[in-house]
Amino acid sequence: MPNDMQTSGITDHRLSPSDYVDNFSDLHAPLSDHEALVAADRCYFCHDAPCMDACPTTIDIPLFIRQISTGTADAAANTIFSQNILGGMCARVCPTETLCEEVCVRETAEGKPVLIGQLQRYATDGMMAKAHPFTRAPDSGKKIAVVGAGPAGLACAHRLAMNGHTVTIFDARAKGGGLNEFGIAAYKSVDGFAQTEVEWLLSIGGIDVKYDSPLGNDLSIDTLKADYDAVFLGIGLGGVNALRAEGEDKDNVVDAVEFIEGVRQASDMGTVAVGRHVVVIGGGMTAVDAAVQSKLLGADEVTMVYRRGKDRMSASEFEQELATSKGVRIIYNAAPVRVTGNGAAQAVEFAYTKDVNGKLTNTNEVFTIAADQVFKAIGQTLDGAPDGLELMGGKIPVNELGQTSDPAIWAGGDCATGGDDLTVTAVAEGRDAAESINNYLTAEG
Amino acid sequence: MADLTSNFIGIKSPNPFWLASAPPTDKEYNVRRAFEAGWGGVVWKTLGEEGPPIVNVNGPRYGAIYGGDRKLIGLNNIELITDRPLQQNLREIKAVKRDYPNHAMIVSLMVPCEEEAWKAILPVVEETGADGIELNFGCPHGMAERGMGAAVGQVPEYIEMVTRWCKQYSRMPVIVKLTPNITDIRMPAEAAMRGGADAVSLINTINSITSVNLDTFAPEPTIDGWGAHGGYCGPAVKPIALNMVAEIARNAETAGLPISGIGGISNWRDAAEFMALGAGNVQVCTAAMTYGFKIVQEMISGLSQYMDERGMTSIPEIVGRAVPNAKDWQDLNLNYIAKAKIDQDLCIACGRCFAACEDTSHQAISMSEDRVFKVENDECVACNLCVLVCPVENCISMEQQAAGTVDERTGKVVEAEYANWTTHPNNPTGAMCNVMPDAE
Repeated sequence: MPNDMQTSGITDHRLSPSDYVDNFSDLHAPLSDHEALVAADRCYFCHDAPCMDACPTTIDIPLFIRQISTGTADAAANTIFSQNILGGMCARVCPTETLCEEVCVRETAEGKPVLIGQLQRYATDGMMAKAHPFTRAPDSGKKIAVVGAGPAGLACAHRLAMNGHTVTIFDARAKGGGLNEFGIAAYKSVDGFAQTEVEWLLSIGGIDVKYDSPLGNDLSIDTLKADYDAVFLGIGLGGVNALRAEGEDKDNVVDAVEFIEGVRQASDMGTVAVGRHVVVIGGGMTAVDAAVQSKLLGADEVTMVYRRGKDRMSASEFEQELATSKGVRIIYNAAPVRVTGNGAAQAVEFAYTKDVNGKLTNTNEVFTIAADQVFKAIGQTLDGAPDGLELMGGKIPVNELGQTSDPAIWAGGDCATGGDDLTVTAVAEGRDAAESINNYLTAEG
Repeated sequence: MADLTSNFIGIKSPNPFWLASAPPTDKEYNVRRAFEAGWGGVVWKTLGEEGPPIVNVNGPRYGAIYGGDRKLIGLNNIELITDRPLQQNLREIKAVKRDYPNHAMIVSLMVPCEEEAWKAILPVVEETGADGIELNFGCPHGMAERGMGAAVGQVPEYIEMVTRWCKQYSRMPVIVKLTPNITDIRMPAEAAMRGGADAVSLINTINSITSVNLDTFAPEPTIDGWGAHGGYCGPAVKPIALNMVAEIARNAETAGLPISGIGGISNWRDAAEFMALGAGNVQVCTAAMTYGFKIVQEMISGLSQYMDERGMTSIPEIVGRAVPNAKDWQDLNLNYIAKAKIDQDLCIACGRCFAACEDTSHQAISMSEDRVFKVENDECVACNLCVLVCPVENCISMEQQAAGTVDERTGKVVEAEYANWTTHPNNPTGAMCNVMPDAE
């Protein structure tokens, strides 16, 4: 008998092949030309636009929308890419509902913002299918090492290359893109877009990428400092936080990031096994991505449990609604006490929490949820930061120029202080660090 | 419930909304549908003289200008007068008029500027039972190259002459349709009046090129790589038409001359505005060509509601109501002081008022760090630009400053008395203005 949603345990092929295709198709289909014109018409071309301020990369949104509305989408793409070279991915994964679209005056006026994210995708998709819009400045003779081919590293490398520098990127994995490739829900960026974007970005030239090259034994920061004129670290957050609940070492209690990566890399979603009863612990985007995808893979019951209230959840309102609309149940104000089961997880026991004088405390009221698969999504941690660099609050502290405590080393993205652990903030930090490095090297020479 | 029935120069119709002479009124099928939809009358598309039918281009006849959301705000056409045989049109006019005796049926005419040509066509039109004729002295394209349409309308003597022939050889009421492609609309109107016209209708379309194809470098609409100017109409021309209607309505020579208002009328409000400025009824074309005949339902219900809300019971109560208030600039009260006021509850903080005022006007709007926009009364000249660029209706308004208060911009006390330019101390001609003809 074939598997279905009620098949117990963790198993694959719970759904029909067509269900998988539907479930993992593009979350927002691309706008057609007509849809883009209609959407662009709604922009008021605000003065000193709030959307622009809300964008971590400060894209001139009113300008690019006006360019779309006058039939020059490539010019719109240039406006976007000149601020954010990963504008294509950001158009897909940015939580626009808490950034540009949240402050759109049409949100104020009508509760319906201009579709900024989708318009950005319209412009960037068009340009990316044609060409790379930038060229390099004459060779500066300077060499920079960028560690990490995620959003921060790629943005930094691209801007450095534009400025005529020669860049080598070292990445621990076999593919570039960082979290864009490994860490986001599959339906947010389909058809291998992350790899397409990396290739398109690198086509500016002057950037060499060395994959399977983690910082560590064979690649020391001292060697990089000696061999290159400057170093940028965009190494992300490689570790994950522990649950600190009894029984978390049982089988089938796994990190959500691992599960997300598995889904993201699968060529056939039917082959990805998922539990019948899935419990996701956490309240961020990772938790939502894990919960929603569990449901889309055919899990019968998926429950997301967050220890604080809805207002404190870092996943946006839109993400929470996406989760509930797909059938995920969200329980607020409850913390895991123990995972039960004989060898493998069978259930998770939770206690409701209460804020006592600013301290989150478990109450005596407990409940149990059946769980044959438990995903931990309670935050990532910095792992493998080079010795000798100061750390602060588990991150690499940087100044406003992106410089670390070592003036020849810059850092950006999730591994560095500042930013909101978003692709778009990583891009801004990588870009700005590149400008800082450029100034540093130019002044020097 | 207000009575919308219309009596325009003795021609009665269930309402004052007529379809103008244009493609929608070119044949029986359309006109019957128009009457069924609720239109009060039609001006049948212009008939030419007997003979080989007119030939039209076989490529695009129309071009357009769009507002946001591809809303058509201006339409241009290079279509000529009817290209169907005269006898067929006459048969159809007769049949429709017979079946719709209570609807107005006007026939538009354009024949060469020769007495015999008019003498020939007038009796055959009269025989259809039509209620009146409209002389097409307005079409600016094609026919004008052959000495007809606007070519006649641009020469007051020709207007007077042809109008006189029509009155001489026909008992039908004569409406003279005027071209706006002239310098002073009062001249052709006066000529029509001298010729004995029962009314004028205006405006016909405006010379126009709507766009240029930037791949082929051809004006649009393009026929095989070339374009010719056409006639512009639709919402975009309404302000031009309103002014011309008002010019005739307030001109002493033409005062009381009935006017059929035409030009971008798209809804009941536009229609009421034309009537307030002196039009006895209105004619519509582009709105029907854009949305279909059904729009007349909104015009009827809208005008009814408006009149009911103001206790008006019949159309004549609106006609001409705004004419006494249409003045020359020199008549305007220079002691009237207003200031812009922003309703902070309605403001969505788009900042367009600020950009407009700061960049292009008087730097009279301030912007705070947290995007609060305020009017600086000591700079505001009440130009109204902020009101116009604000996307939210009623968010910014112009408030009159009470007499006795101080205008912060000039430091002067606002005076209660009316005072205009003619008596202003800065006027170099001083009292001279008082003897200008219009002020007499």
